[in-house]
Amino acid sequence: MSVNALYDYKFESRDKVENFHGMQVLYIYWPHHLMFCSPVAVMVSPDMTFGDFLEQVLKPAFASHPDSAKADFVKAEWKLNDEPFTPVMSATMKDSGIDHKSMLTVTTPGLDGISGSGS
Amino acid sequence: MAIKNKKLNLKDKYQYLTRDMAWEPTYQKKKDIFPDEDFEGIKITDWSQWEDPFRLTMDAYWKYQAEKEKKLYAIFDAFAQNNGHQNISDARYVNALKLFLTGVSPLEHAAFQGYARVGRQFSGAGARVACQMQAIDELRHSQTQQHAMSHYNKHFNGLHDAAHMHDRVWFLSVPKSFFDDARSAGPFEFLTAISFSFEYVLTNLLFVPFMSGAAYNGDMATVTFGFSAQSDEARHMTLGLEVIKFILEQHEDNVPIVQRWIDKWFWRGFRLLSLVGMMMDYMLPNKVMSWAEAWEVYYEQNGGALFKDLERYGIRPPKYQDIANDAKHHVSHQAWSTFYQYSHATNFHTWMPEKEEMDWLSQKYPDTFDRYYRPRFEHWAKEHAEGRRFYNNTLPQLCQVCQIPTIFTEKDDPTMLSHRQIVHEGERFHFCSDGCCDIFKNEPEKYVQAWLPVHQIYQGNCEGSDVETVVSKYYHINIGEDNFEYIGSPDHKRWLSIKGKSSDAKDAKGESADQDAA
Ligand SMILES: [Fe+2]
Ligand SMILES: [Fe+2]
Ligand SMILES: [Zn+2]
Repeated sequence: MSVNALYDYKFESRDKVENFHGMQVLYIYWPHHLMFCSPVAVMVSPDMTFGDFLEQVLKPAFASHPDSAKADFVKAEWKLNDEPFTPVMSATMKDSGIDHKSMLTVTTPGLDGISGSGS
Repeated sequence: MAIKNKKLNLKDKYQYLTRDMAWEPTYQKKKDIFPDEDFEGIKITDWSQWEDPFRLTMDAYWKYQAEKEKKLYAIFDAFAQNNGHQNISDARYVNALKLFLTGVSPLEHAAFQGYARVGRQFSGAGARVACQMQAIDELRHSQTQQHAMSHYNKHFNGLHDAAHMHDRVWFLSVPKSFFDDARSAGPFEFLTAISFSFEYVLTNLLFVPFMSGAAYNGDMATVTFGFSAQSDEARHMTLGLEVIKFILEQHEDNVPIVQRWIDKWFWRGFRLLSLVGMMMDYMLPNKVMSWAEAWEVYYEQNGGALFKDLERYGIRPPKYQDIANDAKHHVSHQAWSTFYQYSHATNFHTWMPEKEEMDWLSQKYPDTFDRYYRPRFEHWAKEHAEGRRFYNNTLPQLCQVCQIPTIFTEKDDPTMLSHRQIVHEGERFHFCSDGCCDIFKNEPEKYVQAWLPVHQIYQGNCEGSDVETVVSKYYHINIGEDNFEYIGSPDHKRWLSIKGKSSDAKDAKGESADQDAA
């Protein structure tokens, strides 16, 4: 179905990638660590390598969680937009198939949050 | 109709002053005068079938409202002269008022605009008059709420710029987008959204907790405007029911259209009320009832009876009602967790519940609190005590429809976030639930335009790229005064000095201050 309107109703998406000045939005979700209330939204350059993203963006974002020090994000189970995903540290975001408003899910088996509560 | 008697009975008077004020156009086409009446597909075959629930005429209305207004302002004056703010239970309570003033009062104003506009679009005079009166009511509500709270503004922080904040602050995009969505719909969808779904189905869940919360916590100014607004709200609720029954009775083709609107606006309303849930369970020092109890009474029981009633029209209960009913065990904790960690970007304070409050939560939420939320809260309390008050220094993913961060969990697994995503015309969109995802799929053209605060910051449209600049310059939140942790805040210190307790005993990490506030 489609919107019912008084006139031809067609507008640009407000969040199209062109509006982000060469950067793109990426969401990162760490299941069973709901102390972070939602997936986090970060901006990355499509040319950033996955290794740099891991060190410079992901790890600092989650550093305040007590599980963070124990987490091996490299050997974690990764999903990109709900599909299984194997990160290559030297590949860029673009070459890894990570596009604008993609979501990465990183599961760290054995780490189940504060006192195992999923927090 | 010729006037025979000088003294009119009420029924005649109503007829003269409302229905007879309308006329059949002769030199203009009806369609040109009421251009928006039919584009939504709603078929009205006979406007005269509209039953006016109150038969209220303007002269009676003015008289009645003026009396209420006089009493109301007399109480506001007495409250101010007697320094009523000193008699509230605890200054933490004022944070509920900050939420109300920035989150709810602007909605009253939006409701006023909505009714003023859609009332103009109905060729039936009865509906036009009803909308007109409700428009005036809502304008009055917005004004009296601001007057009631202006006294608190003299003594506490965060209440200084509600109208400005409503259009900018990230979490206020949630209530704002709710009304923007309704006001940019056609007139019948607006009525289904606001008169029926919001006023009739959900308003008790908003007003009863807020006003009893005020009474339980000694806030007589707010209680008084609550009472003053209540007689209007009763009228609005009756109107809400009349609206839906009228539309459904007019034509069977209206039923599926209305059902889709009910599904949509129930879900949007339920998401919006997450804010009220956390107010009840976390922000009221003297608690009225838990959010789960309120949901059971006001939605499951009352709403259950209502939808039973509407069955004969072919209407079923809202889609995803089961998800909403289950969520009553979770939403308040999830919402408070969110505000706690983003307290640096709000115009109010947050805190961790004290020990007795945690126990109250365990008792009210036996299946969820100890298992999923207490460990998180105790961890945060400990971090705070050790000088590491937790703030989330990243920005959250937002739902494209309700605009709430995607914080809600799956019904069958409360340790997993409920997240949905779709690709529409080559672009990815993210949602907090199937409910919001369905709303998008029905009208993607509308929601691709959503003004999502996080993305707007990243696009450079909020006067800065770092949170501090956005919060101070763009939101007008005074850093260190309006925001962050409650314990040790200027509000907290002021309260201690009002109560004659030492406030130098202490700030940010202070356990002694914590004790004093208990
Ligand atoms: Fe109102
Ligand atoms: Fe109302
Ligand atoms: Zn949503």
